[in-house]
Amino acid sequence: SKITSEPIKLMAVDSGHGGNARDWDGRWNHVQKFLERPGPFTHPDFEPSTESLHFLLETCKILVIGAGGLGCELLKNLALTGFRQIHVIDMDTIDVSNLNRQFLFRSKDVGRPKADVAADFINRRIPGCNVVPYFKKIQDFDESFYRQFHIIVCGLDSIIARRWMNGMLMSLLIYEDGVLDPSSIIPLIDGGTEGFKGNARVILPGMTACIDCTLELYPPQINFPMCTIASMPRLPEHCIEYVRVLQWPKEKPFGDVPLDGDNPEHIKWVFQKSQERASEFNITGVTYRLTQGVVKRIIPAVASTNAVIAAACATEVFKIASSAYVPLNNYLVFNDVDGLYTYTFEAERKENCTACSQVPQDLKFAPSATLQDILEYLTENASLQMKSPAITATIDGKNRTLYLQTVASIEERTRPNLCKTLKELGLTDGQELAVADVTTPQTMLFKLHFTS
Amino acid sequence: MAQSAAGKSNKEQKYDRQLRLWGDHGQEALENAHVCLINATATGTEILKNLVLPGIGAFTIVDGHKVTGEDVGNNFFLSISSIGKNRAQAATELLQELNSDVSGNFVEESPDKLLDNDPEFFHRFSLVIGVQLIESTCLRLAGVLWNAGVPFLVCKTYGLVGYMRLAVKEHTVVESHPDNALEDLRLDQPFAELKNHIQSYDLDNMDKKDHSHTPWIIVVAKYLEKWYNEHNYQLPKNYKEKEAFRQLIREGILKNENGVAEDEENFEEAIKNVNTALNPTKIPSTVQDILNAEGWKNITAQTPAFWVMARAVKEFVENEGEGKLPVRGTIPDMIADSEKFINLQNVYREKAMQDASVVSKHVESLLQSVGKVCVYKSKKKCKNAAFLRVVRCRSLADECSVELVNKDEITSCMDNPDSEMVLYLMLRSVDRFFQQHSRYPGVYNYQVEEDIGKLKLCVNSLLQEYGLNVNVKDDYIHEFCRYGANAIKMITHQFVPFNNTFIYNAMSQTSATFQL
Repeated sequence: SKITSEPIKLMAVDSGHGGNARDWDGRWNHVQKFLERPGPFTHPDFEPSTESLHFLLETCKILVIGAGGLGCELLKNLALTGFRQIHVIDMDTIDVSNLNRQFLFRSKDVGRPKADVAADFINRRIPGCNVVPYFKKIQDFDESFYRQFHIIVCGLDSIIARRWMNGMLMSLLIYEDGVLDPSSIIPLIDGGTEGFKGNARVILPGMTACIDCTLELYPPQINFPMCTIASMPRLPEHCIEYVRVLQWPKEKPFGDVPLDGDNPEHIKWVFQKSQERASEFNITGVTYRLTQGVVKRIIPAVASTNAVIAAACATEVFKIASSAYVPLNNYLVFNDVDGLYTYTFEAERKENCTACSQVPQDLKFAPSATLQDILEYLTENASLQMKSPAITATIDGKNRTLYLQTVASIEERTRPNLCKTLKELGLTDGQELAVADVTTPQTMLFKLHFTS
Repeated sequence: MAQSAAGKSNKEQKYDRQLRLWGDHGQEALENAHVCLINATATGTEILKNLVLPGIGAFTIVDGHKVTGEDVGNNFFLSISSIGKNRAQAATELLQELNSDVSGNFVEESPDKLLDNDPEFFHRFSLVIGVQLIESTCLRLAGVLWNAGVPFLVCKTYGLVGYMRLAVKEHTVVESHPDNALEDLRLDQPFAELKNHIQSYDLDNMDKKDHSHTPWIIVVAKYLEKWYNEHNYQLPKNYKEKEAFRQLIREGILKNENGVAEDEENFEEAIKNVNTALNPTKIPSTVQDILNAEGWKNITAQTPAFWVMARAVKEFVENEGEGKLPVRGTIPDMIADSEKFINLQNVYREKAMQDASVVSKHVESLLQSVGKVCVYKSKKKCKNAAFLRVVRCRSLADECSVELVNKDEITSCMDNPDSEMVLYLMLRSVDRFFQQHSRYPGVYNYQVEEDIGKLKLCVNSLLQEYGLNVNVKDDYIHEFCRYGANAIKMITHQFVPFNNTFIYNAMSQTSATFQL
C-alpha cells in the first residue's frame, strides 16, 4: 500500500554512543513533515526549514529528571523524535517492582542505577543518540549545571522535588529594570501519574503559572492522626502505622536501624506485629501487600498511564524546540478509570506566589506568639507547605539560627526557642526572617509584622 | 499466585504495582488472554508494549509489510538490522524480549489474505487491535469479528491526531471502580440489624468520652429520629431543612460547665456529612438498565455468567431486598473508638454477607432450572452490585451505513467547526482519498499543493453521501495533507471502556469521545 522508496542507502552507522553516527534513508521522515512544511495550525513564529531538524539532532539539549515510569517513556519518545543531547538524572536503583512498566530495565539490572541502565539501553537501541546519565539527586547540581539546557522535562514522584526544581529555574531568571529577559527562561514540562490518572503541564518560569502557584491542586498526603494510631485504631492501616511509627523505634528488632521498606525481613516483622495489634481490636484486613503499601507509601502504577502522559510531555518538548505548534497552555488532566477523559485548562499565576512572584511574603503574628506558632504556619499553610523549615534572623546585629531540624545537634540546641515568644527571642516589628527548606533551593525571605 | 508472609513469588513482586489496581483475578484474566495486533507500526508496537509489560498471556502480530528505513526511524521495536525483513517477525522479537512471561507469535501475512483464506483465524483472540488499516480491510474484518463476538479496537494516528474506535456488541463490567461512588449507608431505610444497633446507643446518657467517640453515622441516625418526630417522618428535603438538621445536631454537642461547646470532632463529622448521610437509597439508573435488560430476560444454559448474576440480583431486589440492592457492606473511616467503629462496621458487613448468600441461592436455583451446576465467585459480584456496567458499541457497519450513520451526533458537534469531530470527518475523507488514489495525501512534498484540492473533493463527496450539512474548514484539509499515517479494560472486565470513538488532538492537547 505504501510506495516504497529507492533502495535503502545504509551509510556507516556507529552502534551506540553518539559521535559520528550517520542516518539512513527515511529515518527522520516522520519528523521532517512537521518541520519542513508550512501549515494552518503552526505557531505564528514558525518558518518551515531544514535547519530545524539539524537543531534537534545536533544542538538542542534536553534534561530529563527521573528515569522511572515516566522517565523511560520520555527517553524513548525524545530519542525517536531526534533529540540526541539528552541528560538524565535519577537517584534510584532498579527494583523488581519497576519491571512492569519501566521497560528499559530487565531482571538482570535489579540493583543498578536507573539512570545508567536507561542511558545505555537508549544509546544502543537508537543509533546516534547520546544520553548522559547522572546517578545523583537533583540537589547535587547548581545553577551552572541547569543553565546549559534548552528544555527540562520532569517525570518525578515527589512534590518536594518538583518544587525544588521549580525554585531552581526561578533563580535562573534575570530581570533588568523589572523586565524579564526571555533568554533566561528555561521551559519546564512536568508530568505526573498515579494509577489510571495523570497530568502534564507546561511551565514558562516567570511567565506562566508555576508549581507553587497551584500547590492547592495537589491532593494532601494522607497522614493519620497520632491519637488514632496510638489508642484508637479502626482500619488495618492504623495498625500498620502503629508498628511503623511507634513499635519499631521502641523495640528495635534489628538493632538501631531505620525501617527499610525494601527489606523483606523488616516488612515481615511489621506484618506480624500489625496482625497482632489488629487482632487486639478485632480489626481484619491486614495483609502483607497492604503492609508493604503503607510502609512504603506505594502508589499503584501501570504502563499505559505513563505512556500517555510521557507522550503528551514529549509532544510539548517537540513543539517548543521546533516552534512547530503553539504549546499547551498550560495544564492537561487525564483519567481513564471510566472511558477516557482529558481536560485542558490554563492554570493561573498566583499574585503572591512564594516561588515566582517577586512579592515579599508577610508573616503576621502577635509579639506574644511563639516560634512554634510560626513553624506550624510555615508547614500547615496551604500555599507554603514546607517540610522542615530552618529559621534564621538577624538579632542585635548578629545572624542567629532560631530553629533547625535537619541537624540533630542544632535541633537539640534550638528546640527551647520554640516555646519562647517572638518578643522574648528579640524579634522586632518589620524585621526579616530567612527560611530554608527542602522545597526550595533558595532561602525564602519573610517580613514579620506584629499584630496587636 | 498465593500470597505468603515473606518470599512473594517473583511475578507477584514484578506485578505488585498493577495488582493494586486490578487484583489477582484481574491479573488472571490478563494472563489468559491472547491479543492480535494487525500492523506493527509505531502505534501498534506501543500498544502491545503496554500489554506485554503487565503480562498478557500471548500476542500475535499479523503484518505482511517489510520493514523500511522510515519504520525503523519512528518505531522503538525495530532496529536497522531488520530493514527488509518481515515487519511482524522483526517487531515480535523486540516485544517478546520485554517480558519472558508472555508468548509472542507472528504471521507474515496481510489481513486481507487471511480474510480471504481463513477468516476463522481471528476467532481465537480475546481482542483484535487493527492499526493503520485501510477502510475496506477494516470494514471486512469488523464484520467477521462482530459476528464472532470478538472485540475489535481500531487505531489510527495521523500527524498529531489520534483515533480509536471500539467495536463490541456487548461488554460487561463487574468491577467498574468508580472514582466517587456514593456510600451505601441505608440511613433513610435502615435494615433491622442497623435499627437495633442504633437503638443500643443512648446519646443523652453517655459519659463524655463515649459521646465524643460515637461514629457520626450513629449520631446522624439518632438526630434523624428526633427530626422525624418533629417533621411527620419526612427526611430533610431542601437546603433550608438540611441546614436546620445540621443545627439540630450541633445543639447536641456537649457543653462544659461554662456553657461553651466542647471539642467533639465526631459531631463535626456528622454535620459535615449530612448530605452524604441523607442520600436516598436507590438503585443507580445504569444498574436499573442492566436489571431490566430485555435480551436476558430468559435464562438458558448458554446465558453468560454476568447475566445469570444480574437476574439473580433482580430477583433479590424484587423479594428479599424490598426494592433495594444487596447491602454493599463498607463504611468510610470516621472518628470513633475502635470498638464502636468495628461493631458498626460489622453490622454492615454481616448484612452484606447475608444478602450475598441470598443472591447466591437465587443464582443456584436459576442454574438448576436450566440443568447447570456451577461454583460461583458471587461474593465479589454482590459487593459490586451497584457498580455493574454494560457497554454496547454500534458496529462499524452501522456507523458507515448511509441509513444508520449518526447524523445528529455529527452535525450537532460540528456546530463548533473546531470540535474534534472535524478530525473524525477528515480521517474518513483521507480513507476515501486512499480508496481513489491508492496512496495517502501529501506523501511527497511536490504532492501537497495538488492533494489539498483532491482531498477537498473527497471531503465533499463524503458529506454529500451521508447528507451531512456541515462545514469543514479548509485549514483542516491543508493540515491533513501535511502529514503524508483501551485494551486492558476489555480483558479484565474491570473499569469502564470508552464508547465508542475517541479522538485525541495533540496540537491542542484536547480530546473527545463520540458515540457513532
